[in-house]
Amino acid sequence: MKVSYYPGCSLSGTGKEYGESTVAALKILGTEAVELNDWSCCGASSAHSAGKEFAVELAARNLLIAQDAGLDDFVIPCSACFQRTKVAEYALKNHPESYPDLHYKGGLDVQDLLSFVYNKIGLEAIKKVVKKELNGLKAVAYYGCQSLRHPEVTGAKNYENPTQMDEILKVLGADVLTWSYKTDCCGGSLGISQPDILRTLVGKLYDKALEVGAECIVTCCPLCMANLDMYQDAISKKFNKQYNMPVFYFTELIALAAGEKDAVKWFKSHVADSVKLLKEKKLI
Amino acid sequence: MTETTENITAEKKAVFPQEKMENSGPVPENQTQVNTESYQLNNLTPFAESIIQVSGEKLNNCYQCGKCTAGCPITYAMDILPHHIIKMVQLGMEEKVLTSKTIWLCAACETCGTRCPNEIMLSPIMDALRQRALNSKYKNKIGEKATAVFHREFLSSIKSHGRVYELMMMAMSIMKSGNLINFILKFEWVSYLKLLFAVLPKGKMSLFPHNIKKKKEFKNIFKKLNNAQKV
Ligand code: SF4
Ligand code: SF4
Repeated sequence: MKVSYYPGCSLSGTGKEYGESTVAALKILGTEAVELNDWSCCGASSAHSAGKEFAVELAARNLLIAQDAGLDDFVIPCSACFQRTKVAEYALKNHPESYPDLHYKGGLDVQDLLSFVYNKIGLEAIKKVVKKELNGLKAVAYYGCQSLRHPEVTGAKNYENPTQMDEILKVLGADVLTWSYKTDCCGGSLGISQPDILRTLVGKLYDKALEVGAECIVTCCPLCMANLDMYQDAISKKFNKQYNMPVFYFTELIALAAGEKDAVKWFKSHVADSVKLLKEKKLI
Repeated sequence: MTETTENITAEKKAVFPQEKMENSGPVPENQTQVNTESYQLNNLTPFAESIIQVSGEKLNNCYQCGKCTAGCPITYAMDILPHHIIKMVQLGMEEKVLTSKTIWLCAACETCGTRCPNEIMLSPIMDALRQRALNSKYKNKIGEKATAVFHREFLSSIKSHGRVYELMMMAMSIMKSGNLINFILKFEWVSYLKLLFAVLPKGKMSLFPHNIKKKKEFKNIFKKLNNAQKV
């Protein structure tokens, strides 16, 4: 299967290992990710702050490139990019009169990567590629906000208690724990201008994950990853604790369980040490 | 159906007999007929009207249940609670709302909008208020300048390159945030510098911008922004 693939700015920057592990995991699962030609920034949270129609037009540019690419599935790993693209699609479908120059025919299936892997590839197919189960890895799945909300736009069904990532991780052999903070906000793009809010929200996520006995957090969003992975020193300082919480992308773990050699390289690029935990569990 | 749900349904039927509900006959003349319309605020202030128009959110339907505030992750840092913002917009309390921290601290997580019984999304309302604030006589009294600056720097970064140039965007947002003195005196820069040395060798932050090919086409979209939002 071939799908159109929009990496977005994060996946060529701070979320580089998400981009690489996405392409690798999809390849393992028999899907070729074809990068959109000359894609541009989706506008993220800054564009909608400045103007609703402006934000739609920025994200619509990529939607129209995907339409021209001619593949049925349009897959977006970054939750923020996914949400912005979905908002644009929703606007072009429901209010075409406001965007007379943008001709969106529809028929494109715009999906976040997690939903694509779960719905179109499926647990059975994932089970088949597992070579080395992630036995003993105690993990919580963290979904964040933007691939789910608002459900009318994203099409998410289980938006208060999503289980797709939990189910995938279980198939990989991980010990997936239940917690109540799957969809609580990490602070998103407030991280840079309001570091204290980021530290408070993320600190709470660590505490809640630790409370249920998790040794790591698994995410599907590069912004969540950046917020959860990069500021552990500052968060520890703020709360006078010593956090060292490995954070993974679910794609990295799919590839790891499938025996992908490159996986170690991705783990080494995390800011919080995730190699130590995987070595302890004899997974690398 | 399990036994318990059966019991509950039976109980419900006893309390709310379906037939009676459906065939309750014509409404007696002296009884006020309640429909959802009557919950709506009729005399909208011009301020509320303009926010409804820009955001597309029918905030006049809000009946102050507080569910938005109950689920909002940022309330602890806000100066006005989310449902109070809605009420104050309804009442036309322009200055208080436009100079508040809250409108800039909303993380657009959409928890509120997902749960609101009246289908009101607060994040587009906060966006409309931000735009209005920057366009108003209160533009020098922005409640959270650092966040306003961040969004501006983000947009100016993508306008120049078509994609965000993370390194420069972050540096500029910090420089222009108005908190630079604190940033230096409180040694915030130490943790950022450490971070920079942690991510640069891993190739996770590019030293140079990436430019898209059709920059002109992309830049044209920025003409849609009104004056106060221009970058
Ligand atoms: S949840 Fe909706 S109706 Fe309730 S207070 Fe908030 S905006 Fe108003
Ligand atoms: S969208 Fe804004 S107001 Fe609503 S819950 Fe999230 S942070 Fe709070």
